[in-house]
Amino acid sequence: MKNIKILGTGCPKCKKTEAVVMETIANLGIEAVVEKVEDIQEIMKYNILSTPAVVVDEVVRIKGRVPTINEVGALFNE
Amino acid sequence: MFDLIQSLADWLTYGVFGIANESHFGATLDFFIYETLKIFVLLFIIVFLMGIINSYFPVERLRNFLSRHKLYGLEHLLASLFGAITPFCSCSSVPLFIGFVQGGIPLGVTFSFLITSPLVNEVALALFLGMFGWKVTLIYAMSGILLGAVGGWVLGKMNLQGYLTDWVHQIWENASRDAEVFEEEHQTFIQRLPAISQEVKDIIKGIALYVVLGIAIGAGMHGFIPENFFEQYLSGGQWWTVPLAVLLAVPMYANAAGIVPVIQVLVVKGVPIGTAIAFMMGTVGLSLPEATLLKKVMTMRLIAVFFGTVTLFIILSGFLFNLIL
Repeated sequence: MKNIKILGTGCPKCKKTEAVVMETIANLGIEAVVEKVEDIQEIMKYNILSTPAVVVDEVVRIKGRVPTINEVGALFNE
Repeated sequence: MFDLIQSLADWLTYGVFGIANESHFGATLDFFIYETLKIFVLLFIIVFLMGIINSYFPVERLRNFLSRHKLYGLEHLLASLFGAITPFCSCSSVPLFIGFVQGGIPLGVTFSFLITSPLVNEVALALFLGMFGWKVTLIYAMSGILLGAVGGWVLGKMNLQGYLTDWVHQIWENASRDAEVFEEEHQTFIQRLPAISQEVKDIIKGIALYVVLGIAIGAGMHGFIPENFFEQYLSGGQWWTVPLAVLLAVPMYANAAGIVPVIQVLVVKGVPIGTAIAFMMGTVGLSLPEATLLKKVMTMRLIAVFFGTVTLFIILSGFLFNLIL
């Protein structure tokens, strides 16, 4: 079971990232809890400088850009 | 390259649409097609280039560098330059502001970044290049960066720390100069390319309508405002036109993509270029959405001081442009 967090203040890129993550999970049939973190104070606890970011099991893996499905897939399969 | 676009526009207007060569409508349509094609070509090139720079730019390293070194004022210029190459959006401005504060970077340096970030952006540069040529574009970019550096420096001298929100103060207490070292993302250019092109597509898609509308309004105005219309009122170089233009522009929030084509026509019809650039800076550099965004980190009083200072500097640069251009 993976714990995935999507950090983003609700900008268009953040929504896109969420869609990519959701699609990847559906494609690969991975069991995961996905949480969207929109509160900027919560987001800043991860010490990132730009959103959107993808956090897998409390480790920031992608930040500041929208990832591709392949990329997210590779991350989840680790 | 632009000759090719002109020929294409001529061919479409007079050939394909079969509009009479000398007609007023034909000239307007020709102008519209030519400008639109040209702007989109430039937008594509510049947004793409900026996307590449952004993808490779080591933000964390810059932050760590700025927090460790005292550069006798040069740090303002660096932060301002950095602001120029990052796109300004809700995705990056508040996190970057907090990130800088967390890293123990002085408030004034952070302000330098914050001023330039919306002021000099890839969309504005592409449009300036298309509408005014490289010389004006260069002056716009350089003065924007300089304005950010000087503005941030002045704001830093004002001791405004007390006017940040409580949240920022909390972060301050926990600030550490040794920010975590991130694992760098090792991606080849080919691996980065899909994300960069997606970004380019998104940006251009997001502003395409504004560009077309702006050029259409500009093209329409070209025909309807008499030549040198503004010159008869403004040619005396009335000093108050610059402050007036800026004060009108600040509360206005327009996309750079929509406003530049309109400004270009105003310049052609006799509005001094310095006044026009100052107007442009006021519209894109300061806006209400930005103020709302900043409320998380600044008290209203600080936002007012920030906006006031930047407005003043924009007005001053407007005067300067009118003098030298």
